[in-house]
Amino acid sequence: MSSFEGVDVISISDFSKEDVMKVLKTAKGMVPVSAGKKSDRSLEGKILSALFFEPSTRTRLSFESAMKRLGGDVLGFAQPEGTSLMKGETLADTIRMVDAYSDVIVIRHPHEGAARLAADFASKPVINAGDGAGQHPTQTLLDLFTIWEGLGKLDGVSIALVGDLKYGRTVHSLTTALTMFRTNLNFVAPPSLQMPRELIDQVKEKGMPLKMTHDIRDVINDVDVLYVTRIQKERFPDPQEYAKVAGTYRIDLALLREAKKNLMIMHPLPRVDEIAPEVDETPYAKYFQQALNGVSVRMALLSLILGGSK
Amino acid sequence: MRELRVQPIKNGTVIDHIPSGMALKVLKILGISGDVASTVTVAMHVASAKMKWKDIVKVEDRELNPREVDKICLIAPSATVNVIRNYNVAEKRRVSLPERAMGILKCANPNCITNQKEPVETVFIVSSKAPLLLRCRYCDRVLEDIAAAIV
Repeated sequence: MSSFEGVDVISISDFSKEDVMKVLKTAKGMVPVSAGKKSDRSLEGKILSALFFEPSTRTRLSFESAMKRLGGDVLGFAQPEGTSLMKGETLADTIRMVDAYSDVIVIRHPHEGAARLAADFASKPVINAGDGAGQHPTQTLLDLFTIWEGLGKLDGVSIALVGDLKYGRTVHSLTTALTMFRTNLNFVAPPSLQMPRELIDQVKEKGMPLKMTHDIRDVINDVDVLYVTRIQKERFPDPQEYAKVAGTYRIDLALLREAKKNLMIMHPLPRVDEIAPEVDETPYAKYFQQALNGVSVRMALLSLILGGSK
Repeated sequence: MRELRVQPIKNGTVIDHIPSGMALKVLKILGISGDVASTVTVAMHVASAKMKWKDIVKVEDRELNPREVDKICLIAPSATVNVIRNYNVAEKRRVSLPERAMGILKCANPNCITNQKEPVETVFIVSSKAPLLLRCRYCDRVLEDIAAAIV
C-alpha cells in the first residue's frame, strides 16, 4: 500500500516490509503523545466504532486511548450482550449500520474471517482487533515495534518463539511478519505444540536460518528475544502431562543466568505462570512495555488511515 | 467389428480425461445419483495414451453450466468437457482453473464467518496449482479435502 489513507487492516500479510516500517516509524513519533507528554489533536471530529463481540481488556482500552489521545471520539460496545446481534442480526447488517455512524471501525469477533467480511460491507476502513483463532495484526505490529525499539533493528535479530506454537495466533502472525526481515528464528515447543508445517515452510522458503527444539536451554544463550506464550491446559487430555510440559517452559532467574545481557523477554499477556514474577524486576522483562506500546502503534495506524499522518 | 464398450451419444456432454478414480466425484458434482431421466455412462480405469489410466463420464441430454465446469476443474483439472450436438462435438472445452473459486466450496473450518448465517458467498483463492491449494479468503485456512468441500 503506497498510502495508508482509508485502507483496511485485516491481516499482517497485507503489509509489505516498507508498510511495516512506516507504521513503526510513525509509532515512534507517537510515543510522547501516548504518554500524555505531548498533545496531538489531529483526529478531532473523527469517530471510531469499537465493536467488541468478544471481551478484551488490553486491545479495546488501548484503541480507545489511542483515538482519544489524538483528539478523536469512540463509540461501541465491549460485549455483544444487549446489542442487536443477540436478536439475531447478521454481522453484515451491523456493519452497514455502524458504517454510517463513524469514520473507522475496529472489530474483535469470535469467528475467523469476520473482519474481512466487515471490510466487504463497510465503506469506511476496518481494523481487525482479533478474529477467533485468526489474525490480530495490531498485536503483531506492536510486537515488531517493541523489538525494533528495544534493539534498534529487526534485520539480523535472533528470536525464540516459546510455548504453544501450534495454536497461538500471535506467534503465527509474528512469524509471517518476521519472514519479511532477515531474522534468525528459533521455534521452542513440545513436539505436540510445534509450529504448523505451513509456517515452517514459509520460513524455509525465504532461506532464513531456523532452529527447532523442545528445550529452551538449547537457545537461551544465543537469542536476543524470547517471545513467550502461554501453554493452555485444555490442549492436554492428561493434567499430569500438562504440568510436566508447562514446567519446562517456565522462565526464571536460574534459566536467565545463561542469557545474553541485552535479552528481551516478551509475552502477549495475559501470562499465567510461564514467566516467574521474579523476572519482572529484571531489565530483561519487556512485556509490560510491550503492552504499553500498543497505544503508540494503534495511534500510528489510526493516524495513517484517517489522514492525520502522511 | 469391434464392439464399442461405450456408445456415442446424440446430444449431451462427454467429460473425458478425468483422473482415474474421480468419476464418482464428478457424478456427485453433477448431482447424479440414482434417479436420472437420460442415460449416464461411466467408464472407470480406461487405458489412456496421455494419462495411462483415466475415467470418462457421458451424460445424455444435458449441457453443463459454467459453475459445474468450475467445480469439476477443482477435482479433475486435466479433464476435457465436450458438448455433443447431433453426434458431433459442438464445443470442446478444457477446464481451466480460475484464480478464485466463488460460491462452489464450503469452508471446512466450522468457525469461519462464512459458515455462520451471513449473506456472503465463499471465496477460495488458488494459492498453488500443482498441488492444488485453495485458501479461504475469509479465515485463511487451506482446504484439506477439496472434493468433500464442493457444494
